[in-house]
Amino acid sequence: MKKIEAIVKPFKLEEVKDALHEVGIEGMTVSEVKGFGRQKGHTEIYRGSEYTVDFLPKIKVEVVVADGKAAEVTAAIIKAAKTGKIGDGKIFVSTVEEAIRIRTEEKGESAV
Amino acid sequence: MKKLFNTLLLAVLALAVVPAAPLRAADAPAPSLEQRIASLEAYVNNTDPTAPLKDKDGKIPDGLATPTSAAAGPGHNGFQMVCAALVLFMTLPGLFLFYGGLVRKKNMLSVVAQCFGIAGLVTILWYLFGYSFVFADGAKAWIGDFSKFAMLKDVGPGPNTNYAYWVSHSVFSMYQLMFAIITPALILGAIAERMKFSAVLLFVGIWMVVVYFPLAHWVWGVNGAMNGVWNADAKIKAIDFAGGTVVHMSSGWSALILCLILGPRIGHPKEPMQPHSMTMCAIGTGMLWVGWYGFNAGSAVAADGIAANAFMTTTIAAAVASFVWALLEWVLRGKPSILGFCSGAVAGLVVVTPACGFITAGGSFAIGILAGLVPFLACAYLKPAFKYDDALDTFGVHAVGGTLGAILTGMLARNSANGNLATNLKAQVTDTLFQPLLVEQLKAVVVTLVLSIVATVIIAFIVKAVVGLRPTEEVERTGLDVSEHGEEAYHG
Repeated sequence: MKKIEAIVKPFKLEEVKDALHEVGIEGMTVSEVKGFGRQKGHTEIYRGSEYTVDFLPKIKVEVVVADGKAAEVTAAIIKAAKTGKIGDGKIFVSTVEEAIRIRTEEKGESAV
Repeated sequence: MKKLFNTLLLAVLALAVVPAAPLRAADAPAPSLEQRIASLEAYVNNTDPTAPLKDKDGKIPDGLATPTSAAAGPGHNGFQMVCAALVLFMTLPGLFLFYGGLVRKKNMLSVVAQCFGIAGLVTILWYLFGYSFVFADGAKAWIGDFSKFAMLKDVGPGPNTNYAYWVSHSVFSMYQLMFAIITPALILGAIAERMKFSAVLLFVGIWMVVVYFPLAHWVWGVNGAMNGVWNADAKIKAIDFAGGTVVHMSSGWSALILCLILGPRIGHPKEPMQPHSMTMCAIGTGMLWVGWYGFNAGSAVAADGIAANAFMTTTIAAAVASFVWALLEWVLRGKPSILGFCSGAVAGLVVVTPACGFITAGGSFAIGILAGLVPFLACAYLKPAFKYDDALDTFGVHAVGGTLGAILTGMLARNSANGNLATNLKAQVTDTLFQPLLVEQLKAVVVTLVLSIVATVIIAFIVKAVVGLRPTEEVERTGLDVSEHGEEAYHG
């Protein structure tokens, strides 16, 4: 199994969700996060005080899928989240050892 | 039996409640119909209702009175009560939302607590001796009378004609109390997020007695040393309609000194300290602007033509200054900010405060432009250059704006805007920019500066010795809300 973590622009969340639905993903975890990469932050000025805001709001989407489906899912996320401008985000793929559905105690790919 | 008892009880109560008919000597002279009408006309024109009763020597014959010659006029009185409530509204909640929105959320409630604390403390001082010291007549030019109206004795429903012909003395005293409350509350902006609550209260308590009460007496007391409009024997013939020196200069300059003695907030200027709610700050600004009509127009102490003029000049100055400040930001820094609009509105209101009842619409337009420009430069360039931590810009807006206002009042006061200027200030107000009044205003500025600065240094060190000024580093890092008040502004 693979875990796919995608950090995307907040306003792209709906499109990413729909795209994942279309490739058959039934569940996902979403969190509001802050961070920065090459985009860097912005400057806020309050009268005489200037502040650099480094951490920008982003959305992190996490899904766990069967090994063979990972490429299709990442492609779907890229298609939905891409604007072509700096700050579009990143996708990380890692291997997951085990998955368990708490209600039925099913294990492995049938649990995701 | 019980019924009889109840009837008797009612009768006794009725006797106690219904005021006895005024006793009048059988031979007291009756006012003529003309005198009664003239006395009533005085209500419409906001003039002295006893004037028609006076004989050739200016004396009122014994016992001569009309039904309206010693009563409050309902229109003026009602206006004044609304204005008093509006001025309180400027502090609670106007100022605490304006300031509170600008602090970090861990200190929101500390600002609220300080404003409420000041409202209570100042009211107690005002009741005990503050009102008497500021406004009792017969006092000396530089020192007020502690006892005449102590505990608001003899402050009743009839007018105190030293200050208003048609407003109840009780209403006048409460109206002036609201000014006494907001003035020390303005200081809070410079010391926000880093002063112990006990230190704030002790500082304000002493500051009221040493700075505010004397200054208000000099400027507004009927025989005050700097009351140029009404005191023919004033030492300094300055004018201040609604509190440029008394309210904004005194609080603003004291705020700068206190903030220098206190030192910057921990982490300033390296850590980000953005306002936690610009929305709240903007709401507070709107309330301040609305409340300011009570402050400025109400300072006429009558719903008369001078109040109407002050209403107009206040509006123009505030709106123009708000626009100019944001426009300057747009040009010089690329974006017009909400804080820019808010700061400009407050600056316009501050600068027009001493002038509003003495200037024309044209004068207020000029004030609006300068009020948008000068305090903007102070906040945007002076503060970063000197690196003092005037957290919410009390100095930049109130001290700079108040001083600018006092000076501009000297240049823009016109006889056409306020006929009272001709009473005692004929020689000073000559309707030119550099009229002699300007020199008197500069004298008042210097006196206010010296008093505010010297007194604040001394009081700050007394407070430091008695209770200490700053909380511990841990308290400041955690936030004053949880540490000092045991509450949080926002949960979840």
